[in-house]
Amino acid sequence: MSLLQQSRSLGGALLRGVGLLSQSTRCAAPSASSPSIPLRYMATQGPTQMTVRDALNSAMDEEMERDNDVFVLGEEVAEYQGAYKVTRGLLQKYGPERVKDTPITEAGFTGLSVGAAMAGLKPVCEFMTWNFAMQAVDQLINSAAKTMYMSAGDIPVPVVFRGPNGAAAGVAAQHSQCFAAWYSQVPGLKVLSPYDSEDCRGLLKAAIRDPDPVIFLENEIVYGESFPVSSHVLDKDFLLPIGKAKIMRSGKDVTLVSFSKMVGYCLKAAEQLQSEGISCEVINLRSIKPLDRATILDSVRRTHRMVTVEEGWPQSGVGAEIAATVQEHAFDDLDAPIARVAGAEVPMPYAASLEKAALPQIEDVIKATKRILNK
Amino acid sequence: MGNIWGCLAPWHRSSLPAGLPHCNTPRSLLQINDSLITTYRDHCHNLTRGGSVFDTMSELFGRATGTTRGIGGSMHMYNKAENFYGGNGIVGSGIPNGAGIAFAHKYRMEPNVCVTMYGDGAANQGQKYEALNLAALWELPCIFVCENNHYGMGTAEWRAAKSSQFFTRGDYIPGIKADGMDVLAVKQVTQFAKQYALDKGPIILELDTYRYHGHSMSDPGSTYRTRDEINVMRQSRDPIDRVKKLLLEAGVPPEDIKKTEKDMKKEVDDAIAEAKKAPEPPLTWMWRNVYANPASCTLRDVGGRYVTPVHDSHYKDLQQIA
Repeated sequence: MSLLQQSRSLGGALLRGVGLLSQSTRCAAPSASSPSIPLRYMATQGPTQMTVRDALNSAMDEEMERDNDVFVLGEEVAEYQGAYKVTRGLLQKYGPERVKDTPITEAGFTGLSVGAAMAGLKPVCEFMTWNFAMQAVDQLINSAAKTMYMSAGDIPVPVVFRGPNGAAAGVAAQHSQCFAAWYSQVPGLKVLSPYDSEDCRGLLKAAIRDPDPVIFLENEIVYGESFPVSSHVLDKDFLLPIGKAKIMRSGKDVTLVSFSKMVGYCLKAAEQLQSEGISCEVINLRSIKPLDRATILDSVRRTHRMVTVEEGWPQSGVGAEIAATVQEHAFDDLDAPIARVAGAEVPMPYAASLEKAALPQIEDVIKATKRILNK
Repeated sequence: MGNIWGCLAPWHRSSLPAGLPHCNTPRSLLQINDSLITTYRDHCHNLTRGGSVFDTMSELFGRATGTTRGIGGSMHMYNKAENFYGGNGIVGSGIPNGAGIAFAHKYRMEPNVCVTMYGDGAANQGQKYEALNLAALWELPCIFVCENNHYGMGTAEWRAAKSSQFFTRGDYIPGIKADGMDVLAVKQVTQFAKQYALDKGPIILELDTYRYHGHSMSDPGSTYRTRDEINVMRQSRDPIDRVKKLLLEAGVPPEDIKKTEKDMKKEVDDAIAEAKKAPEPPLTWMWRNVYANPASCTLRDVGGRYVTPVHDSHYKDLQQIA
C-alpha cells in the first residue's frame, strides 16, 4: 500500500467521521523492552473491552507461543509492526526468524507459504489487503486448496492466509473488492470472516490450529472497534468451531444474515426496527465455507422471511448461495421472496458520496426488511 | 498440459532424476531427507521416492492401486514420507513451493536441501524470479534445477527466451550447466550443489537434456522440429546407451547387461499387465481428503445431496475392492 493511499485512507476516513481515530493513535512502535501488553492481563473479572486489532494480535501471539511451527510472514509485518498494526510486537517477542518481512511479491511468498506448510510448518501469511492476493490466486487454489485431494490425503497444507477484505474508506476501485464469494466456491479451502473481537480470537486461533488452508477475511474499518470480551474468550485455548454461525440477536419476524462488518449494520438495523415493532433475528455467519446451512434454515423456518446482507457484488455472491439453499430446503416455509442487499455492481468509485451510494448502509437493510414484510 | 504415457517404459523418458537419491554416503549426495519437488513430468521421480512401476502405471490408468489412488493422476504423484512433493501441474508453481520447503528445512535447522525442478518453459515465469529473490535474500538451502529439454511444449527455447542460458538467469544466484543425459555428470554436479546450498544458499543447475516424444500423448512432436533432430539425439546422447557403453568398457559381461535389461522389461511388462487389471477407485473415494479436518464440512453432489467428506490417507479398504 502506498503512503499516499495510506494517508488518504486514514485522512479520508477521519474526515468522514468513520471511527479510525483509534488506529491513528496506535501508530507508535513499541520499544524492544516493552512488547505490546495484551489487555487481558489488566482484567480480573467481568467483560473487558478489546479491539479487533488486539484480538487478532493476541490470537497470533498465543498460537506462536504454543507451537514453534507457527510463523508469520507478509509485507511490513515485522519492522513496520504491521501495515495496520495487527502484528505489532510480534517481531520483538519472537525474532526475525519467525516474523518475516517479505518483498512485494505475492505469488512468490504465497507459494513459499504453501511449500512451507506442505513440509509441516504452520505459516500465517498476511496479505496487506486481499486485493493484492489476486497476484497469488493460482497458488491459493491450485496449490493450497487442491494438494490434499490430489495427493489422496498424503500432504496437508496447514496455512492461514489473512488480511483485510472488502471496502475500506476512500481507497477506490482496485483496493475495495470483497473476495468472500470467490474463495467460498472452492472445495479444499475454508473461508472465515469474523465480525467482532470474540470472533477474531476464536476463529483465528482455530484457523491456525486447523490442518487445512484457511482464507481469513478481516475488515480494516473494524480493526479499531472495541467489543466486550469475557474471561472465557481471553483464555489462551479459546477456540470457535469452524463452520458454525452465531445468532447475535434472536427474533421472530425476519432473519438477517450477514458476515463481517455488515453484521454490525444488521444489529443496528434490528435496533431501529425493534422500535417499530419488527423483531429481527441476526445471524453472524462467521464461516462462509463451510456454510452453516442448518442454522440458516432453522432460523428461516421460524421467521419465514430472510434478508441477506453483504458488501460484495450480488451476482453469484454469498447471498445468492444462501437464497438458493433456502429455496431448495425451506421453500414452503417462506412467506416472501428472499431479499439480497449487496454492493452496487460497479468498481468502487472514489468520491465519498458515490462510495457511500455503492455500499449497503443501515438504511438499505431497513428498507429491504420492510419491503419483504410489506411495510 | 497433459502428460499421459500409456504403456511406454518410463525409463526411456527425457532425462534422469538428478543424483542418485538412495546413496547414504557421502553426506553430500542427496539423501531421502532431502526434499524433491518437480513438475507434471513426475513419473520417474515417483519411482525414486517410494513408488513402484505398478503403482505408477496404475495411476496413469486411473486405478485404485495407483500412487494417488486414481484421484491425482499422471501429473500428481506425491510421497510425504519420502519428502517428495509432487507432481505439480501448473507451469512454474512448484518453484516458490520448493523455496518454501527449503525454508522449512532451514527453520527446523535440518542439514537438508530441497531440489526444486522446472523446465525451460517455466524458466521465464515471474514467480520463479520471486522465488529466487526470496531464496537468495533468506539464504535458503534450495537447489533450483532447470531441466532444459529445449522445448516448452511446441515452442523451442530460442522462440521463448531472450536468453536461453538458463544457468545464468539467476543473476545474483550462481549457476552451473551440465549434461543432463550423462548420469555421472548429474551426480557430480548435484553433489557440489548440495554442499553449496547447505553452506551458502541457493544455486541453479541447468541440466541439458532432450525430449524424444511430444509434450504429451496428444502431441506427435513433429510439427515444430525435425525427425532427424530427434534421431540424432537418440543415437548420440541417450543416457541409458551411454551407461551401457561405460559398463561394457569397464568389463561388465554383455550377458549380464542383457539379462538386466530383460529382467527390467519383464518387471515393467508384468506391472503394466497387473495395473491394467486393477479396479478404478470406488465412488466413495471421490469424497475423501478434500479436507484434512472435515468437521462441519458438507459437500454437495451433482444431484444436490450433501455428502459428509472424510479424511483417510490409509485406504485400508483397497483390499476389499482390489
